[in-house]
Amino acid sequence: MSLRVRRGWQRSRRLLPWLAAATVLAACSGPGADVPAPTQSPVAAGKLNSVAVVTHGSPGDAFWNVVKNGAEAAGKDLGVRVEYNSAGDPGQQAKLIDNAVAQGVDGLVVSMANPDALRPSLEKAVAAGIPVVTINSGESESSKYGAIGHVGQSESLAGQAAGKRLADSGRKKLLCVIHEAGNIGANQRCEGATKAFGNGTTLQVDINNPTDAQSRIKGALEADRSIDAVLTLNSQVAARAVDGVKESQSGATVATFDLNTDVVEAIRAGKLLFAVDQQQYEQGYLPVVLLQAYRTNLNTVGGGAPVQTGPAFVDKNNVDAVAALVAQGTR
Amino acid sequence: MTVATKTSEAAPGSQPKGPTLMQRLVVRPEIGAALGALLVFVFFSIITDRFLSPLGIATWLDDSSTLGIMAVAVALLMIGGEFDLSAGVMTASTALVTALLAVHAGWNVWFALLASLVLALLVGAFNGWLVMRTGLPSFIVTLGTFLALQGLNLGVTRLVTGTVQVSGIRSADGYNSAGWVFASTLNIGDARIQASVVWWIVLTAIAAIVLVRTKFGNWIFAVGGSLTNARAVGVPADRTKIVLFMTTAFAGWVVGSCSILRFTSVQANQGVGLELHYIIAAVVGGCLLTGGFGSAIGAAIGALIFGMARQGIVFARWDSDWFMLFLGVLLLAAVLVNNRFQKRAERVRR
Repeated sequence: MSLRVRRGWQRSRRLLPWLAAATVLAACSGPGADVPAPTQSPVAAGKLNSVAVVTHGSPGDAFWNVVKNGAEAAGKDLGVRVEYNSAGDPGQQAKLIDNAVAQGVDGLVVSMANPDALRPSLEKAVAAGIPVVTINSGESESSKYGAIGHVGQSESLAGQAAGKRLADSGRKKLLCVIHEAGNIGANQRCEGATKAFGNGTTLQVDINNPTDAQSRIKGALEADRSIDAVLTLNSQVAARAVDGVKESQSGATVATFDLNTDVVEAIRAGKLLFAVDQQQYEQGYLPVVLLQAYRTNLNTVGGGAPVQTGPAFVDKNNVDAVAALVAQGTR
Repeated sequence: MTVATKTSEAAPGSQPKGPTLMQRLVVRPEIGAALGALLVFVFFSIITDRFLSPLGIATWLDDSSTLGIMAVAVALLMIGGEFDLSAGVMTASTALVTALLAVHAGWNVWFALLASLVLALLVGAFNGWLVMRTGLPSFIVTLGTFLALQGLNLGVTRLVTGTVQVSGIRSADGYNSAGWVFASTLNIGDARIQASVVWWIVLTAIAAIVLVRTKFGNWIFAVGGSLTNARAVGVPADRTKIVLFMTTAFAGWVVGSCSILRFTSVQANQGVGLELHYIIAAVVGGCLLTGGFGSAIGAAIGALIFGMARQGIVFARWDSDWFMLFLGVLLLAAVLVNNRFQKRAERVRR
């Protein structure tokens, strides 16, 4: 295409060298070179006033609501101002971390579902002298990026534990239901479960569309009658799976990750074998305590080794004890 | 079309006599957005102490930039009378192709970038060609490509990597030089300005010049205003629209490249839903949903409002539960202000 340019172009052309000069300004540095070694700059013991919690949970997610409640409870107990923000998109989450650094918070708590994407922002925070505790996912990268600790549950270990328990109950073929396409933790759980169980397939559903999730689970069970165990990775999907099993009349056993009141009811009624609880309340609460101990007393926990919050199992034996806690949003 | 030409020539200095300065300002499509941006800027500067700090400015400029690059291209397309719903997912598709070729096929990052660019332009051209060939609304056609790309992103990524994200581009050949172009930072005082901000400013300037100073710019207004009339006066409508679809695909490639080289990993479900943000930014910036009116600078300002509000809300320490409500009210206010100015502008013109 030919762009015939009119006289206005002459004027703009005079600007071009300036634009070019601005672009190649000497202060420019590449993405690989701009990060200093991720070592925590020495901090004098002081007071922890504010903590920013930045997670990858989407707003309104029941699981992350418990994390938020945990962080806020710790803030209340310790007299620390806790700000909770979240964004599912890794780039957007990185920007929220940058924002917290710009605010000059005293401590940072970050969930690392996508560690690579958060690395520059986390290292920037560490370089600015802000202690970081990672939570939930990203256990293996946590100390590499300069965090003082990690609080979470190893996803593949939890998956294996769930798979083993299902296999022990005498099931032969497993269907593992993934509800978030881009979530690496979900994949690790299913891989772990399938590995420990021995024989299984995965199914992709969309958590934002419960009707579709239920009919897909039903369809999978009708298509393969040999499936006798279903593992879901989220409490909302668990309820859909229970209904799907009922509609397809397959009689498969259902187990799930995470709790909510529906899951509690289903366990009581014997429709769900068990729920793997990663006790994410601790993933909100403990980091604030860790940061407090670090800020005021320069303590770290276990030399930076991950603090495991799960897996804990909820089944018919202990379901009554946790039911009330689930209702109040702390389990 | 005539409307647009008048707008461009109403720039100071080109008309010795005529409407007053106030009237000339008021007919510009971006004026409402500019006022809105000023309002948002002043508001957050007053109620938060960190919004105006160098680090704070770098944060909201960063947030605005990738949105802005897309919004400007989407604005050109909207002025040309079309939508591109595949624009959001395109940012992930290009990043995934680049990452897969560089990490799993061992290509030099530059060749991987080139391949993803070619692919993006092909998809853009396909969108445009299909819209012009079939006469179907672009809303439907690009909805199709949106879904197809979303499926490809997940399917191909899982097939090749066995997981749902691609990472490790940092150790690929050519990462440093490519990273310098797409993901370096510019230190101005304490502020670390991202390369995407420079891309944003440069691409906005180019788009603004093309739109109001070139024949192609007139064609864009013409095909968006009235396709039949444009064709009647000899505007190559098909070519214009196809190029516009390729422009949004190109912008998607720029954003995708910035994000893969900066974050060094990409998730298969990235970018879904962002196409609406681009359209919102363009509309806040003065583009009409019906086509034929709007500006590139306005769209860039629309993205700026979005970025300032999104980060400003965090700086203001508002409970994030209410975040979307604030954003919605803010956007509605901006559009209403805009609308008012547009009506006044139309009165001035008569």
